[in-house]
Amino acid sequence: MTSFVSAHAELLITVVKIALLLFIVLTVNAYLTWFERKVVAHMQSRWGPHRVGPHGLLQPLADGLKFLFKEDPTPSGVDKFVYFLAPLLALALALTSIAVIPFGPDPIRAWGHDIYLGIADLNIGVLALFAITALGVYGVALAGWSSNSKYPLLGGLRSSAQMISYELALTLSVVGVLLIAGSFNLKEIIASQASPRYGILGWHIFPQLIGFICFFIAAVAETNRVPFDLPEAESELVAGFHTEYASFKFAMFFIAEYTSMITVSCLCSILFFGGWLSPFPATWTWTHYLPAALLLLSGAWVIWDGVRYETIFGKLILPVIGAALCGMGALLLLFPAINDFIQAPFWLLSKIFVFLFIYVWMRGTLPRLRYDQLMSFGWKILLPVSIANVIFTSFAILKWGTR
Amino acid sequence: MTPQLVVFFVLATLAVLGSASLIFQKHPIHSALSLIVVMVALAGLYLLMGAEFVAAVQIIVYGGAIMVLFVFVIMLLNAGVEEHTNISKLAGFPGLLLVVALTGFVAATIARTTSTVQTASQTGMISSTKDLSSMLFRDFVYPFELTSFLILVAIMGALVLAQREK
Repeated sequence: MTSFVSAHAELLITVVKIALLLFIVLTVNAYLTWFERKVVAHMQSRWGPHRVGPHGLLQPLADGLKFLFKEDPTPSGVDKFVYFLAPLLALALALTSIAVIPFGPDPIRAWGHDIYLGIADLNIGVLALFAITALGVYGVALAGWSSNSKYPLLGGLRSSAQMISYELALTLSVVGVLLIAGSFNLKEIIASQASPRYGILGWHIFPQLIGFICFFIAAVAETNRVPFDLPEAESELVAGFHTEYASFKFAMFFIAEYTSMITVSCLCSILFFGGWLSPFPATWTWTHYLPAALLLLSGAWVIWDGVRYETIFGKLILPVIGAALCGMGALLLLFPAINDFIQAPFWLLSKIFVFLFIYVWMRGTLPRLRYDQLMSFGWKILLPVSIANVIFTSFAILKWGTR
Repeated sequence: MTPQLVVFFVLATLAVLGSASLIFQKHPIHSALSLIVVMVALAGLYLLMGAEFVAAVQIIVYGGAIMVLFVFVIMLLNAGVEEHTNISKLAGFPGLLLVVALTGFVAATIARTTSTVQTASQTGMISSTKDLSSMLFRDFVYPFELTSFLILVAIMGALVLAQREK
């Protein structure tokens, strides 16, 4: 047994990392739905979920149980194989894309092995992500086709047309960053944005602002989110491609959509916003205490909120959560090694959180586009602008170099 | 067997089964799906040979863009199950002959090659995406650009053919 473990240590570490990342991503997915419902509710002067657990914190659990135990009817006349394949494909591809994302530069040293935060460190990281995204359209298109129903078919057709149109702009808008960084590897792209003296000014967002705007619009369209959620426009198509799906197969589409939101947020922060780099110059050492300060403050706030919460359950559980947050903050203050290690993941996760908030914010703000507006915008504005950005960036690099 | 060999056989079996299924499936969508399996299996084989850029492009261009168009068109036309017409008896015989000839030719070529198959980096020609791009855009820039002109002409031809009568 021990010889097997030592002989296949790398493999075992990877398997454990995959399981851990899956657990984290699925949990984050669940609480992303809670976060979205809460934020959109407050934007519309409502309370959002607040019955299940304090502040509705157990709502994702209740939703998950509901998805598991609901009846799962298969409509008559569906193409059985493709009907079952489509949600699996959508979910599997969405989860695979997370594997390419690196979450920190420093490895954890344990049992004589360097364990990096991230599963696959590919030389072709960005390309691999685009390859997975390119296959992602099949989940939606095949779901629409196999359901043997008019509305899903229309939704599937719309989504394939939309994804083909916006994939070009998505790929081209990144070329500027790739030219400056000179690599497809996500770690090297982050490293190329490091600027010890000026911090935030080294990020690709400044030379590539147009590239970022194109990328973000195209990425939102690729993930079928508001204002580009035409494949599931409920006022026209019932629920679009997943109309005929119920129970856990519907949940799989749901999880796939939220996972690709996370992937896009990761990509935005890594490609344009310096990934795990701190926005402050390296000489400002006091910024190292920001994660601890944030944890202590939010912990204190949760305790304060918990003490005056209406229900007994909330009075009991919220101070415990707050104390746990405070404890983590204190841990960071007491152990400088852990504090130093946590800096890079802290900044990356904060940036990812900001982009997830922007996603939700857009959903609460923007109306849906009309189909012809969507197509003409994609082909007549987004694509030419991203091509122009590529050409301009190439000439700029030729004239002034990459810095 | 080395792990590489195991992966090779898995991918090769997938590719062969996918191409067989592409021909024998009755429904166009199922055939298109089989073709996607073949494309992805081929990308895996390229990856096994160390040609990671080619593998990624294989999936992006063939697996993604081109096959999505196939599926899109099949969905748009709502094509049904294929109907079998009277199969020409004459076509069967030369077809079989050609299959035997092609298989023999490929087998003979493989048998005659003395050198073992090398991965992309072992050949020493192209080891990274950088080498590949400098080869495409420096050493072979004229053939490369000519090919893109050819594709441009094809696109314009499609536009002219699809244009509505005035």
